[in-house]
Amino acid sequence: MSMEIILIVVFVAATLLGYKLINAVPSLLHTPLMSGMNALSGITLLGIIAVTALSDSVAGRLAGLVGIIAATINVVAGFGVTDRMLRMFRGEQQHQENGQ
Amino acid sequence: MNDTFYYIFSVLLSLGVLYGIRLMSKVKTAALGNRVSALCMLAAIAITLMRTDLSGSLPYIIAGLAGGSLVSLFMTARARMIQMPQIVGLLNGLGGLASLLAALLTVSSGAARSAFELTTSALALAVGALTFSGSLVAAGKLHGKLPQKSLVYPGHSALTVFAVLVMAALIALLPLSTHGNSLLLSLLLILAGLIFGWLFAIRVGGADMPITISLLNSTSGVAAAIAGMALGDILLVAVGGIVGASGLLLTQIMCRSMNRSLGSVIFGGSAHPAASPAANASLAKNPLTQASESGAAAQDESILLEGQHSETLCEDSASGGTAATPAPADAPAWLEKAQSVIIVPGYGMAISQAQEKVKLLLDTLQAAGKQVRFAIHPVAGRMPGHMNVLLAEVDIPYDLLCEMDDINRDFPSTDLAIVIGANDVINPAANTAQGTPIYGMPILNVSQAKQVIICNYDKKPGYAGVDNPLYEEGQHVLLLLGDAKDSLDILLSKK
Repeated sequence: MSMEIILIVVFVAATLLGYKLINAVPSLLHTPLMSGMNALSGITLLGIIAVTALSDSVAGRLAGLVGIIAATINVVAGFGVTDRMLRMFRGEQQHQENGQ
Repeated sequence: MNDTFYYIFSVLLSLGVLYGIRLMSKVKTAALGNRVSALCMLAAIAITLMRTDLSGSLPYIIAGLAGGSLVSLFMTARARMIQMPQIVGLLNGLGGLASLLAALLTVSSGAARSAFELTTSALALAVGALTFSGSLVAAGKLHGKLPQKSLVYPGHSALTVFAVLVMAALIALLPLSTHGNSLLLSLLLILAGLIFGWLFAIRVGGADMPITISLLNSTSGVAAAIAGMALGDILLVAVGGIVGASGLLLTQIMCRSMNRSLGSVIFGGSAHPAASPAANASLAKNPLTQASESGAAAQDESILLEGQHSETLCEDSASGGTAATPAPADAPAWLEKAQSVIIVPGYGMAISQAQEKVKLLLDTLQAAGKQVRFAIHPVAGRMPGHMNVLLAEVDIPYDLLCEMDDINRDFPSTDLAIVIGANDVINPAANTAQGTPIYGMPILNVSQAKQVIICNYDKKPGYAGVDNPLYEEGQHVLLLLGDAKDSLDILLSKK
């Protein structure tokens, strides 16, 4: 099987599996879900690192630098704000445990 | 490190990410799920740094990673929940920019040679560019830097179609180009993508933002996946695909909850035509009967409700005499009388920053032994689930936040519904006014509650431009117009 076919099969399989799992997330958590998924879309960081390593011109490396900064912010800030958000979700029980 | 090892690793990390998403379906495990995903990402970055020959680019790569992380720590610490929609919009845009640059470098460095690699690079350029500009415009609108309302240029739809055609032509041309002119074609393609993204997002008005943000979330994932195809990186393809699916699913949910088609959001359409006179005439009829028609399952209860309603009416007129329309001063008394209360928050609450007051109201009501819950409409706010995050921020327990389908049947047996800054999502005209933009949109049936207090800024129609018959309903609806904070102060004041 050629590489192209494998890549397309992986794309379709990941899409279907992701769709199925995400369907189970309640609307209560849709904002953190979206910001978490948003952080994951920063996976493109791997790609931009690989192509920056390939470039041997300064222009290419500078473009790579911009891309790496953008993707890193996407990943780190994305997971960071999601984590902060999810820690705010507390149930009545947890409130009582905290003496509220 | 050889390729086989990397494939196995990619499969393991993809499964890790999927497991993280699975954990996100329960509130209790969601934070852990997010951390599992983050850990998988960290492992993926580490592996990439190890298996790539970084050579002379090393300083650039280290600087990029360090600089980006520093900015992120700052952003994470300062982020406020009201800003979440624009933060997600901005981050989406940065992801699109990175995918676009990855594809550009793939083309310009000559790494993409086969037709498959060049076609996927071209697609990644286009999707990355439109994600970048579209997200920045959306974030600018949400942050108030750009006009919030829908902006339509002369010939907007024609321009949009033209930009799509140019993109399609360039995507078809790029694989046929020689190495010499492929860079020029790539830059033109980026330009067309940026213009399309701009045209698309600038036309979106405030209340359509949840759809737009979800859609751009999806395209940022798709851009990463296609860039992964161009680079032959299986992990990018898998994770990008998952994100694309997630965004698409949320887009579908938002469209369904707003009764909008995706096409009408992207290419423009009946965003908010004025309600037809015929529809307005039908609104003037008794809205209570219309409301009871809407809830087929709750019909019996509604009839019961009407009976109780007229009782309350008699009581009021006996005691007050001039009780035709309730005055703001009656509000604390209504509150005191009610045993069960449902609070319906909308974006107006967020604009007025009234969440703290809402928490105070909750505490006061609960201290008096009343049952209080919140009814959350799926599209309330500016992104999916926005209201839940805002209420969680002020320490309101998530167990009290109810989804529309679950709580709608409870309105008829509820003493008091308090609406805070919500309009379209409670407008009974959605059930009856055929031909208006909101017709068929599922709403929260607040008018079925025994009494309703509406704390809205004014009586103007909401984003959809359809008058809300609830405002004229009379004895069982009390209007508190003005800033939600002030209205809540009236509610909190002692009788």
